[in-house]
Amino acid sequence: MSVTLFYITAVAILLFAILSVTTRRILRAAVYLLFVLIGTAAIYFLLRYNFLAALQLTLYAGGIIVLIIFSIMLTSQMNNQLEKPNDLQVVLASITSVVGVGLVLFVILNHSTFITQYSEKIYHVKEVALSLISYQKNGYALPFEVISVLLLAAMVAAIIMAKRELKNKEQ
Amino acid sequence: MIQGVPLQHILLLTTLLFFIGVYGFFTRKNLFTMLMSVELMLNAVAINFVVFNAYLFPENLQGHFFTIFIVSIAAAEAAVAIAIIVNVYRNIRTVNAERINEMKH
Repeated sequence: MSVTLFYITAVAILLFAILSVTTRRILRAAVYLLFVLIGTAAIYFLLRYNFLAALQLTLYAGGIIVLIIFSIMLTSQMNNQLEKPNDLQVVLASITSVVGVGLVLFVILNHSTFITQYSEKIYHVKEVALSLISYQKNGYALPFEVISVLLLAAMVAAIIMAKRELKNKEQ
Repeated sequence: MIQGVPLQHILLLTTLLFFIGVYGFFTRKNLFTMLMSVELMLNAVAINFVVFNAYLFPENLQGHFFTIFIVSIAAAEAAVAIAIIVNVYRNIRTVNAERINEMKH
């Protein structure tokens, strides 16, 4: 059951990703990206990392996509089509991507002596959260604090970036 | 892990997803669509972290936390990038990467 579900999700993710980078309507690109992110959350659910899947849905699919769509509307260019990339660019980018895929797959398939382990364990939110704030072994208190400072810095930076224009007008 | 799905198949998925992102980043000219391509690449890497954690070290949570941090950094990055793009649009009325050449020499 979950095997078929995985392959359906994988095909859907790849399809929407290709549509997202090739469509010429910018709002559609954003919506296709949303589907890719939801598919990723589905893969996390299949791996039974429920907390991560919820995080993916709320932060990525909920937060970032809404931010992108709102700013696309702010720059009011929803209706005009994106210009076509020129042929040379398409050819070069395709060559880069195909060579990259070939290289990575060559490495993966030639060195694939992974010793996989099966575990029935499901990590609940409480365990994850306790590990996130613990400063013992396998605790992540320090990166957690660093991330919170980074988020504060990013928030201040975003506000200052957005306010600069207003100040200039007042002067 | 997902019973019955080998690790290689998921790695194939993330590889293809990553290089679709690379293709988009090289061919797009609009700043928003370039940002979306970067999100695709970040997403592929995040899946890789989770999958390696789930298949190879299911008793630990390192890959899990890496992905949590990737997602939060991506949120911060998107906020700052979009603030910059909106500011660029206000100043020169375009979000085309090729027309942003004021500081170029």
